[in-house]
Amino acid sequence: MSLLSVHELTAFYGDFQALFGVTLDVEPGEVVAIIGANGAGKSTFLRSVVGLCASAAKAALFDGRPIGGRPTHEIVTLGIALVPEGRRIFPSLTVEENLLIGGHRARPGPWSLARVYDLFPMLYERRAMSGPALSGGQQQMLAIGRALMANPRLLLLDEVSLGLAPIVVNDVYTRLSTIVGEGTTTLFVEQDVGRALSVCHRVYCFQEGRIALAGSPRDLTRAQIAAAYFGV
Amino acid sequence: MDWMNAVIQGVLLGGLYALFAAGLSLVFGIMRVVNLAHGDFIILAAFLSVVVVGVTGLGPFLSLVIVVPLMGGLGYAVQRGLLARTLDRGVLPPLLVTFGLSVIIQNLLLQIFSADDRRLDAGGISTASIGIAGQLAIGWFPVVVFLAGVLAIAGLQILFTRTALGRAFRATADDQETVRLMGIDNRHTYGLAVAIAFGIVALAGVCLGIRTTFSPDIGPGRLLVAFETVVIGGLGSLWGTLMGGVILGIAHTIGAKLDPAYRELTGHLVFLLVLLARPQGLFAKPVRET
Amino acid sequence: MTAAGYTIERGTTASRLGARAGAVLVAALVALPFWGSSGDMRLMVEFLSMLTLAQMWNLLAGYGGLVSVGQQAYVGLGGYALIVLADFLDVNPFVSVFLAGFVTAAFALPTAAVVFRFQGGYFAVGTWVVAEVYYLLVANSSALGGGLGRSLQAIRGIARAERERLTYWVALVVGVGAVALVYVLLRSRRGLALTAIRDSARASESLGINVFRSKLFVYVVAAFGCGVAGALIYLNLLRILPTAAFSVNWTASMIFVVVIGGIGTLEGPLVGTTVYFVLREFLADYGAWYLIVLGAVAILVMLWAPQGLWGLVTARYGLRFFPVQRRVRFTNEATRSDARRSGGGDRAPLGSQA
Repeated sequence: MSLLSVHELTAFYGDFQALFGVTLDVEPGEVVAIIGANGAGKSTFLRSVVGLCASAAKAALFDGRPIGGRPTHEIVTLGIALVPEGRRIFPSLTVEENLLIGGHRARPGPWSLARVYDLFPMLYERRAMSGPALSGGQQQMLAIGRALMANPRLLLLDEVSLGLAPIVVNDVYTRLSTIVGEGTTTLFVEQDVGRALSVCHRVYCFQEGRIALAGSPRDLTRAQIAAAYFGV
Repeated sequence: MDWMNAVIQGVLLGGLYALFAAGLSLVFGIMRVVNLAHGDFIILAAFLSVVVVGVTGLGPFLSLVIVVPLMGGLGYAVQRGLLARTLDRGVLPPLLVTFGLSVIIQNLLLQIFSADDRRLDAGGISTASIGIAGQLAIGWFPVVVFLAGVLAIAGLQILFTRTALGRAFRATADDQETVRLMGIDNRHTYGLAVAIAFGIVALAGVCLGIRTTFSPDIGPGRLLVAFETVVIGGLGSLWGTLMGGVILGIAHTIGAKLDPAYRELTGHLVFLLVLLARPQGLFAKPVRET
Repeated sequence: MTAAGYTIERGTTASRLGARAGAVLVAALVALPFWGSSGDMRLMVEFLSMLTLAQMWNLLAGYGGLVSVGQQAYVGLGGYALIVLADFLDVNPFVSVFLAGFVTAAFALPTAAVVFRFQGGYFAVGTWVVAEVYYLLVANSSALGGGLGRSLQAIRGIARAERERLTYWVALVVGVGAVALVYVLLRSRRGLALTAIRDSARASESLGINVFRSKLFVYVVAAFGCGVAGALIYLNLLRILPTAAFSVNWTASMIFVVVIGGIGTLEGPLVGTTVYFVLREFLADYGAWYLIVLGAVAILVMLWAPQGLWGLVTARYGLRFFPVQRRVRFTNEATRSDARRSGGGDRAPLGSQA
């Protein structure tokens, strides 16, 4: 059974429809990428999964249970963690408090404060600093660490490389491969197509609120992806 | 010696003012809502204590066992039922709703209890005093209230900095959406914050009722005292709130010493002076503009 | 304008019909002393004072975004200004009503220097504190009668019937003037700026609108209006008490009237003031219950019908008697269809623009 199974999901911002019937599955242990141009609905999709955008009750199943339309705080405690776009570190909290609040409703699992510090030693060194005092890359690590503290069964990542220097992006992805190596099921949004394809098992390409292409990176040609990406 | 006495009384009064201010500050700090009915809830708590004392025969101190949870529950209900519907809708809705509550509570109390002055009788402690050198004497009860104020502030400080709930409060104040991603129900968190604020309001109301006479119409005056205390101390600084209370308390007792009619006026003028000289308050940490 | 294919329309059918009906109504009201009782006149003076206060609070909060809970400062100062002008300086008491507005406007400037340091909820309580300061200063001033207040002496030589008639006509000028003032103000360039500020202070600043000056202007105008209303109220009552003159209940009534009637419209305060007096008549025998009901209704309206009763009417029937907005009306077919074509884009399916 799929860990996450989304069927004909639609999403609106007021009168504006952002998603038009998206169907997508993530199997346990899989690493799935979502690519697509700006405004294709990628972030909206992740937000809908965790209930930050309203969706129909049957539109999403997590581990077989319907999660559509349920409040965010209930959905995430079932074992979904989202690293939100723009990192969204809590400015009034120290680095360590940001991690601790990530584990506010933690499930039992491999991740603990000590293990997160092992993975991101620079966070340990800066644990008493306030969140905004960190650099962009460090804030991104903190956001990832905060999500891990919940011991999620499904990790959602929204544009983790956005606004970071290439060398920092490499660093972030090296650590992500460690996390993925632990068997954490991951669904991530990435604008950098090459990087997304090099990491994932399967990829979905969004275009104007619909899925234009889906498959394994091995089976897809550059031309197919370009066509799906730009809608030509 | 008289002046010395006025200063000491003022300091002790500051503890009560800090109790008034703590709840207002807590709600504003987390939700950015100024509860215009804050003072009326303080008076409501004092009247609740009158009822509890009358019905159960408990003393006013013991009545706290009932009044604090009652007010806490009321706070949670007010937040979830009314205030929650006003958040993120601009400046007016929360002000209008709390102002409406203020008028409603005041006039309901007037209907039920009449405009007569009341007082909570706590027995010997309200008149007992400790003699210090010469004519200086400090009442026991003002000392107890001052300590209650200090303990309430210290308790809030610990709650905010050392506990998971305090962390959740601060995170919710920072970012309502992201906090939900942490599995925290922001609406429940807001409810708890107001419940705690109202618990302190209950304590403040009972202390006020033992210390002085009260009537249904004095709520707005307590709101202004609470507000001035918070602004003098500096927003977001709990110990500043205590100091703000002490400064305002001294202003009131010194003013009253000059002429009983100047008591409140002196307080307002000190407040305005502080506001003009240091708009961020006396004890607020400098905040970097972002 | 027609050459460009459109005109800017500022009236509505309702406003044109309403203007005629309004003219008839005003004429009838002017003649009230000849067909109504002295009780009618007293009630109308109260109605017109409340309407004036409500229009001022509407301007302040509905258009200026300034939620003040301290307008009782200007009601009280206006009332005392009447006493000082008429009794101490021998100015005609009926003229003093209007001069009182200038006195309170003069007080509003230094007050603004203090309260404009606050924003949002803190502005609200800040205005309240300042109102308390004015109250305490007046209540402690023996020249003004201290806590016991004063009676208006200057009116004594005037026969009762004449006094009532003159007071009523002054009230009519004040009430109609307040509505006209806000209407003209909102239709002016300044009104356009205010609407822009209400919608987004930051965006209007980038358009070169001085937000601070616009808000200050509104604050001072509202102080003027509340001062005139305050003077009128005490010209009618003939006796002023500091506790009553500076009572926060004045502001409570203004706020409830505006919110119940519909904030940000000129019709709203008219509707709200009517509701206020109807409730008052019905609940006259129940003491404080009338304020309790008014407060509860205001809360309910704010939460479930934030546009107020008049908002419900406009939503249903599209009625507007005081149009302050500008509407573009296309005058030739070509521009109209052009506009329809370009304006219809938002309904086209996504992606079809590309």
